[in-house]
Amino acid sequence: MAESGVAVGTVRARPGSQWLAVVARQRELSLLAIMIVLGALVTLTAPQFLTVSNLSQVAVLASVIAVAAVGEALVVITRNVDLSVEATMGLVAYCVASLLERHTLDSTGAIAFGLGLGLVLGMINGVVVTVFRVPAIVATLGTLSIFRGIDYLVAGSHQVPLASLPDGFTDPARDSILGIPVFVVIVVVIVVVGSAALRLTRFGRQLYAVGSNPEAAAILGIPSRLVVFIAFSLCGLLAGVAGVLYIMEFGTINGTSATGLVLAVVAAVVVGGVNIFGGSGTLVGAALGALFLGFIANALILVGLSQFWLQAIYGLVILLAVSADAIILRRIQRATAARRVR
Amino acid sequence: MTGDVAIARPGRSWLAGLARWETLLVVAIVGLVVLGTTLSPHFLTAGNFSNLIAALMEVAIMAMAMTLIIVAGEIDLSVESMAGLASSLIGFLWAAGVPLGLAIPIVLLVGALGGLLNGLLVARGGLPSLVVTLGTLALFRGLALIVLGPRGVSNFPPEFTELGFGHVPGTLIPWPFVIFLGLAVVLGIVLHRTWIGRQIYAIGRNTGAARFSGVRVMRLRTSLFVLSGLVAALAGIILTSRLSSARADAGAGMTLTVVTVVLLGGVNIFGGSGSIPGVALAVIAVAVMQNALRLASVTVEVQSIALGLLLILSVVIPNFAHQAKSAIDRVRGGRPPPAGSVRRGESPAG
Repeated sequence: MAESGVAVGTVRARPGSQWLAVVARQRELSLLAIMIVLGALVTLTAPQFLTVSNLSQVAVLASVIAVAAVGEALVVITRNVDLSVEATMGLVAYCVASLLERHTLDSTGAIAFGLGLGLVLGMINGVVVTVFRVPAIVATLGTLSIFRGIDYLVAGSHQVPLASLPDGFTDPARDSILGIPVFVVIVVVIVVVGSAALRLTRFGRQLYAVGSNPEAAAILGIPSRLVVFIAFSLCGLLAGVAGVLYIMEFGTINGTSATGLVLAVVAAVVVGGVNIFGGSGTLVGAALGALFLGFIANALILVGLSQFWLQAIYGLVILLAVSADAIILRRIQRATAARRVR
Repeated sequence: MTGDVAIARPGRSWLAGLARWETLLVVAIVGLVVLGTTLSPHFLTAGNFSNLIAALMEVAIMAMAMTLIIVAGEIDLSVESMAGLASSLIGFLWAAGVPLGLAIPIVLLVGALGGLLNGLLVARGGLPSLVVTLGTLALFRGLALIVLGPRGVSNFPPEFTELGFGHVPGTLIPWPFVIFLGLAVVLGIVLHRTWIGRQIYAIGRNTGAARFSGVRVMRLRTSLFVLSGLVAALAGIILTSRLSSARADAGAGMTLTVVTVVLLGGVNIFGGSGSIPGVALAVIAVAVMQNALRLASVTVEVQSIALGLLLILSVVIPNFAHQAKSAIDRVRGGRPPPAGSVRRGESPAG
């Protein structure tokens, strides 16, 4: 995370506010700690929580959100937001399922088509934001409505049942490699490749630079608009992957599939420590954020609380996470400012 | 700080631009009415107009408060969920035997409190309104679900359903339209004729400068969110009354329409400009458009595509118009164009 934010970067050299820096830098660790404590509490009331089958089910369910959250994180790091991910997921899921049902394409072809469609939808967002200069919130609120409208239009009242999908298509949602669910392996691969790219490539550094200070990035000669365009495109591509995983997970797909998931995706990103002001955050954090939300959803069911609480808890989690970010950031700034005066 | 990508220059040219935008809306409305009339002989009847207006009043009412919020450089995405929470609460209270005379004030109070939560987090916490209200979008909807669950409450007394469904006696003017008009007049006067309105524009144009000029930015911002929550709760009550049914999912998806109407009305998404009459015209334009589309038997799905396009175009067109104007000014050797070449990434709260 050395390049992940001006504030965090400056703190490193100043030992006084070390513990705050640790908290700020180790969002991933604090999330894990919270999950362990929470898990222990839930296990006391519902022992079935701490079983391999339950935990792997949680991880598999969280994987769909995690993949979309990694894409969303790329966009949020550039100080933008993509509200259309759920519509991209839904449209990709329906199109792929429908192509498979009609035997237009085989499994590989349909998946490739789905990823391509996700990429194109992401590029559309990127063009609207960077070429037409529409603020991301307005652009993606608009495309959310447009993509979902197209989804309804294509699907009508039709529903692709599980039975119409080719044999074995949904197996990856249940299979595992060396005891690790396939979905989790997919998420880990995406996160590892993505993190390496952010850390090692010029594009990765430019992504953080554009997010932490767009004006400075422009002065440095960074092609900000191109970087933002690529971030949106990759977000679309990953939403496409999430859409395909969604089919494998749920099997039955219609025009309203994946409705409302954008809140979970944004919550995962924010909880994972990706700063909503842009310029800092990691993909590991976003994926862990998704796991954390899945964890809470599962715990709710086991404790016997109604699913209706889930939505409210997502909201609370978003509010708590941004508040915590802001408080930590402010303390760090105050600490560094005080030291500078001295 | 807000980006000034598309903020028109202050003064005469700004007013001229605004006039042009509103003229454009009037032309669009006339065009749509002509189109609608060719589609169906029933289009140009009072009854049809009464219906098309009534169906959009919740959105229109929320758009009035949203106008002030966006002019101040913020956004409130949580309005649709607050409307849902209001619907849910009034159903719950009525089913529990609380008289409506008491239930309605309670619901409005909850709306104001929800707005206060948004306002405190944005103004005092210094958090971006985009994320805060995305959080409360989930939170309020969740609370609505917790309060009422999946059931619906529909045995409301006729006096209550008259509020959303009925007309002013002897006319075809729906009651919600009267409420909308009252709100538009009051907020229009506040925004365009009082010091409060000038302060709202000041915050939207340049928060720092406004603060140094003695504007109590925190208090004003908080009040705007309280107003937005209150008005969203009112819209939720009207929606419940019009549909004679209280449901936790009431108002789902309305935020999109509200924001579309406000931006179509010529309000700048980065804050600092826009007018209540413009937004009121946009309400009529959207109502007429939806009605014409319906008469052309365009499905609801396609209408949502049209709405999304309209939202994006209502930002793209002024942007291009402004760029073209700057280019012309440059050729004429007028004032240099505002330094708006560097994009602000995302929210108006940036």
